[in-house]
Amino acid sequence: MDQNLDYEKIEKTAARRRKIKNILVYSALVLWALIVLFPFYWMVLTSIKSYGSYSSEYIPKFFTLQPTIQNYIDVFTAVPLLKYLGNTVIFTLATTALMLIVITFAAFAFSKLEFRGRDLVFAGFLALMMIPNELVVITNFVTITNWNMRNTFWGLILPSITSVFYIYLLKENFAQVPDELYKAAKVDGTSDLKFLFKVLIPICRPTIVTVTILKIIECWNSYVWPRLITDDAALFLVSNGIQEIRENGMGRENIPAMMAAVVVISIPLIILFLIFHKKIMEGVSRGGTKG
Amino acid sequence: MKRKELKGWLYLLPAIIFLGIFMVYPLIDVFVYSLEEGYNSASQTYFGVGMYNFSYVLHDTYFLQAVKNTIILVLITVPLSTGLALLISLALNSIEKLKDLFQTIYFLPYVTNTLAVGLVFMILFKKTAYTEGMINLLINRFGGESIDFIDGPYWAKMFVLCFYTIWVVLPFKVLILTSALASVDQNLYNAAKVDGTSPFRIFYKITIPMISPMIFYLVITGFIGAFKAYSDAVALFGTDLNAAGMNTIVGYVYDMLYGNSGGYPSYASAAAIILFAIVLSITCINLLVSKKHVHY
Repeated sequence: MDQNLDYEKIEKTAARRRKIKNILVYSALVLWALIVLFPFYWMVLTSIKSYGSYSSEYIPKFFTLQPTIQNYIDVFTAVPLLKYLGNTVIFTLATTALMLIVITFAAFAFSKLEFRGRDLVFAGFLALMMIPNELVVITNFVTITNWNMRNTFWGLILPSITSVFYIYLLKENFAQVPDELYKAAKVDGTSDLKFLFKVLIPICRPTIVTVTILKIIECWNSYVWPRLITDDAALFLVSNGIQEIRENGMGRENIPAMMAAVVVISIPLIILFLIFHKKIMEGVSRGGTKG
Repeated sequence: MKRKELKGWLYLLPAIIFLGIFMVYPLIDVFVYSLEEGYNSASQTYFGVGMYNFSYVLHDTYFLQAVKNTIILVLITVPLSTGLALLISLALNSIEKLKDLFQTIYFLPYVTNTLAVGLVFMILFKKTAYTEGMINLLINRFGGESIDFIDGPYWAKMFVLCFYTIWVVLPFKVLILTSALASVDQNLYNAAKVDGTSPFRIFYKITIPMISPMIFYLVITGFIGAFKAYSDAVALFGTDLNAAGMNTIVGYVYDMLYGNSGGYPSYASAAAIILFAIVLSITCINLLVSKKHVHY
């Protein structure tokens, strides 16, 4: 009898302890989620406050009762945000498309074709992965300047067309496709190009999609290279555009309009993320880095 | 046979051309630049060859300030962000309900534009004549004095920079550590539980050793990433980082290359090489330490 009571007691304390632990864990997680989400909330909130009401709030308010879309109208009329967005879309699509062509061909050569020096070149490529961008950007800046490509799309695009890391990722994936498939195609008289486009690429589609999304994110957020290579506002990308808006556009104090621009810039990637978050997170954990 | 050889090279050709022009040639060229003294980018002439550029950079007060800022940033953000990421991942792994939701939310900063969201942090922390700013409101509520984090004292500016950097780098670390924790063999935990091992001991003797390769991977990439900090600082303090006293080594390189103080590719190259040397030696030290402590 006594023993039964004891068990009940022990179970009760264990359950209570579990409950307390759960409450603690969940509140810590919620707290961090709030810290992550708060800047997003604040930027949307500020962007729908009118300039007048924002300036009159010496102590900022956590909500607004008179939302306005005036700031969104302003960012598209007073500053060329639409132009920045258009430039970024062109830059992102062109860079990503060209890169996909280059890396697919390279990955195909490394994984399925046989020729002397292949492994040596591949080792050389891998060694290049260790070179930080900061070391080569100086000469690239001079090269592009000498080619008279400053303030052109080609100047923006050319240096980021190849990525050793994505070649490596794709080559590993291509190599998993059995060689028998390639040999069978050869026997049937299928050309290499046809095999690449009809067999390899469809099989490895998930990896290609992941690479595409990661590259799009990288292009959309790129700041350093565009800043070096463009000083003509007609060719600014969104990162430089937002910096320009901050320093020269709309007046320094018009924070609500600035936040409207920030919201507009952030939305495309957030939508992309919400659609593909599984793929993006999986791709990044396979070897993406930031910084 | 000959045609087959040629074809392989043909498929590789685009990649080789682009890498050659934009990676291999610059890599050699940067060392050449760094040794050319008194290089003039307009006339493309130089006086002599030597180590003067390195000596100039090492005596430049802006560079020393940049090195100091970068090192403080690295020393604060790398341990803090890795530790915080470990805590968050442990918490994430101990729950079942809403785990996916939390994971998705935590990853959100990874896909945002650093420059754009940096502006939000700026207005949250900034104190102007018109407004106290959100963070100062919190500080006041807890009985503190208002501080201008953007144009105020050095430590306040450093605090914002570190805070924002951690906010930006955590998604990646949490993601990596969460998947590392999830892949630890559950049998190990069950065996330990049967033996009545205390949770703290389980954490110390099983969890940490099992995920130590990933922790070290994060420490190494964290060091490299933090040493290259730049756009976070621009987002918070504007493009003239020297005036704000918040420049970083990478920022110094770009300022030397271009902008109001630019036009000195030789100094920029020397600074970039110094940065590379620092990063390389720290990575080597990390690898040596990890050989001793990491269980593969």
